[in-house]
Amino acid sequence: MSSRIVVAGFGPAAHRLVETLIARGLRGDLVVFGEEPRPAYDRVALTSYLSGRSVAELTFPVPDGVTLRLGCGVVAVDRDRRVVVAADGTREPYDVLVLATGSAPFVPPVPGRDLPGCFVYRTIEDLDAIRAAAGDAVAGVVVGGGLLGLEAADALRRLGLRTHVVEMGDRLMPRQVDEGGGAVLRRHVESLGLTVHVGAGVAAVEAGEDGRVARLVKPDGEAIEAQIVVFSAGIRPRDELARDCGLPVGERGGIVVDEGMRTADERVYAIGECALAAGMVHGLVGPCFTQAEVAADRILGGSAAFRGADLSTKLKLLGVEVAQFGETRFEDAAGALDVVYMDPVAGVYKRLFVSDDAKTLLGGVCVGDAGPYGTLRPFVGKTLPASPSDLLFAGAGAQTELPGDAQVCSCNNVTKDRIVAAIVEEGLTDVQGIKDCTRAGTTCGSCVPMLKRILVESGVDVGTALCEHFAHSRAELFDIVAVRGITTFSRLIAEHGTGRGCDVCKPVVASILASLGNGHILDGEQAALQDTNDKFLANIQKNGTYSVVPRIPGGEITPEKLIVIGEVAREFGLYTKITGGQRIDLLGARVEQLPLIWKRLVDAGFESGHAYGKALRTVKSCVGATWCRYGVQDSVGLAIALELRYRGLRAPHKIKAAVSGCARECAEARSKDFGIIATEQGWNLYVGGNGGFRPRHADLLAADLATDELVRTVDRFLMFYIRTADRLQRTSAWLEAMDGGLDQLRAVITEDSLGICADLDAQMERHVAGYVDEWRATLEDPDKLRRFVSFVNAPGTPDPSIEFRTERGQIKPIPVTVEVTP
Amino acid sequence: MTILGHTALDHTGLDHAALDRTYADETGGGGPGWTPVCPDAQLVPELGAAALVAGRQVAVFRTFDGGLYALGNRDPFSGAQVLSRGIVGTRNGEPTVASPMHKQVFSLVTGACLDDPGITVPTYRVRVAGAAIEVKVA
Repeated sequence: MSSRIVVAGFGPAAHRLVETLIARGLRGDLVVFGEEPRPAYDRVALTSYLSGRSVAELTFPVPDGVTLRLGCGVVAVDRDRRVVVAADGTREPYDVLVLATGSAPFVPPVPGRDLPGCFVYRTIEDLDAIRAAAGDAVAGVVVGGGLLGLEAADALRRLGLRTHVVEMGDRLMPRQVDEGGGAVLRRHVESLGLTVHVGAGVAAVEAGEDGRVARLVKPDGEAIEAQIVVFSAGIRPRDELARDCGLPVGERGGIVVDEGMRTADERVYAIGECALAAGMVHGLVGPCFTQAEVAADRILGGSAAFRGADLSTKLKLLGVEVAQFGETRFEDAAGALDVVYMDPVAGVYKRLFVSDDAKTLLGGVCVGDAGPYGTLRPFVGKTLPASPSDLLFAGAGAQTELPGDAQVCSCNNVTKDRIVAAIVEEGLTDVQGIKDCTRAGTTCGSCVPMLKRILVESGVDVGTALCEHFAHSRAELFDIVAVRGITTFSRLIAEHGTGRGCDVCKPVVASILASLGNGHILDGEQAALQDTNDKFLANIQKNGTYSVVPRIPGGEITPEKLIVIGEVAREFGLYTKITGGQRIDLLGARVEQLPLIWKRLVDAGFESGHAYGKALRTVKSCVGATWCRYGVQDSVGLAIALELRYRGLRAPHKIKAAVSGCARECAEARSKDFGIIATEQGWNLYVGGNGGFRPRHADLLAADLATDELVRTVDRFLMFYIRTADRLQRTSAWLEAMDGGLDQLRAVITEDSLGICADLDAQMERHVAGYVDEWRATLEDPDKLRRFVSFVNAPGTPDPSIEFRTERGQIKPIPVTVEVTP
Repeated sequence: MTILGHTALDHTGLDHAALDRTYADETGGGGPGWTPVCPDAQLVPELGAAALVAGRQVAVFRTFDGGLYALGNRDPFSGAQVLSRGIVGTRNGEPTVASPMHKQVFSLVTGACLDDPGITVPTYRVRVAGAAIEVKVA
């Protein structure tokens, strides 16, 4: 074992090497020189930096025990003295040197390639520079239509530029897809507004009067007006350190290494994109990781070998899934048969190659739908599990068991056998455990569904248990309660659970009972299941007081009612605030004040706004066609009708909605669980939107609906959500987790593919017919009212610990001293 | 300016004479050190109640199997007097209440926070005497 290891370069491959060495107990010094000013980060996800992922999120964690020299590359190697020279002139001795200098983007030698406005696409600094330049630019050109080129084109498009892609080859992504796939891919890319020029090189980049890039000229003389040019036409290994110190490099670059990743000098290794391993330079992250692990093993005295890698890829570029696996290049038809499926309308192209006896899977190409990739890639070189045409449509079915030596995670080279062994030996029970133990699923994530399947195959219960009291998921409990007609928590936990519940399962069961229409939520035993907000029909605040939010359907309110709210707030000394859902929050009420406040509000025609419940909150609206000169439908009228229909509907989480009267979308409907936007013909329905912690725009579920069709569709959407979502899962996460996604949802609620629509409709009818105002019902019940006291033995006494001071003319709580912080 | 919650009550038409009258006054008080807090029948299983006993705020609970427990009402994590409003349940068989503020779970038996060892709330003695629930804080 060597005592002093120096690594030149700190990208993903170097990071994997360092991490592996330390995890395997390396003793001795480890010094890493990185040219970039920051630790290694995830280059595969580089484009996500432009959509808001921070550098910190992209950065790989640096293990303890490494000396990092960042912003300071290695500039020379003296192999005789076993010393490297760094950019700042310092010298560092080594016992073992690992070259991991990566690659540089290839910039073709054309006139104008160095003009201001020309960029490459590799580092965070490159992206910062492109973003800065995009501010003044209208159009951009990417030179190169391969994987990285399309990534760069996506980045330019997201920056709002009119984007062109220039590709020398006769199709996009020539290394991954064949001619048919390329044509489908091109149509996808063009439908996003990009202009594709294939079979085209670059003659020159020309400057305008300001000396910056103004246009790119193709060899045929055509000029593309653009202020930004990004070169992304392949990579060249950074092998200059090796060349300068006399180590052999390949004819077209790359440091020559043996299967142990060792160069001609036994003390010098090379890994990643700078290495020429197994006859080629590898630019995909998976093989580079494997090389790093092989080198680490050799440094530690092992005998691991790199003999080439599976170059299969699956990616989603510009919203299009593209996958290629196994062998897909056949010079002639001999030795292989192919099965092709092409649907130009849906933009789907799939082609499988099988051996000439049609028994062995050789490879495949998918564009537009990479569904078969996850299940078929592990079968490459193995007997086909089903007929080729079945496989093209469904992939290998769930019943097909993978062979043990099948590679499940190609990014990290993990076989099924290794995963099964880890499950058994380490007692793993979830996907996270497999990721931690084997690294499978940690890079591109496409094998995660396979990991789940292997867990199930290994007899592991994949952990949908709600809590220690129920081994069921929320959806399973819902079915049990509905099917068996259970109406109390006591019966449910006696027959299907253990113990007496907790703050997780009790509110879930309370919500299920309420969704199925079991009377007032504070009736009998149900009261003890409710979280404090539901228990007091108000929202608890930090000092133990509550806030009161009356319903203001659609945000429409008469002057008389506004005045009542103002009077109530003044009389009870409450703080008032307009909410985001177009209503008014009254804060600072003590429990014993709540019934008195409700009484005043209910007498004036108000009812509970369910701000405290996992239930429908508001249906927000813009002013709509009644007043607005742009409006095309009555958005306020629809919002009020929907809010009154779904008020009080208990769900796995809160539900927010909005209706906009035209495409200007002033009600922000696409940030809601269900949002409706008026069209000339009717209503467009969007579902699964979210604001808050993880914003998501809602997806279009159905277009140009008549009002009755719209209501029926929303009914079913909500009831299907209530039946099947997990605890505290908003519609956005529910939709994203649904097998088959939006198409599946559409099939269930518009085509009745599960045959449950009649049930869903009936359930909603029961809800609508059974609605009562929870405030009014509480006021009419002395037993319930008795709980609204600060002290059971002194009903008139307020909690003396609650104190306020004033700020901007209203009360605010005086903070209490706390001895511990949560 | 400090406003005690009281001021708002002036507009609510409450019986002010009742403000400082307690259940103990009405029932004539319990034994030495014991304070009656409410009729036995009023304490619903798994639905806590807060009581003011000798100036201290106490959360009183009856579990599903009939056990009686009393803890300090103050949630040590938020400082608010709210533990009586938490959800009552069990953890590995031990009766518990979860703070309604941030859901830390406390043992009804020992007052120990089961999610944060080292944090404890006071426990008090509680009993049924005749038709009343009584609490002893000293």
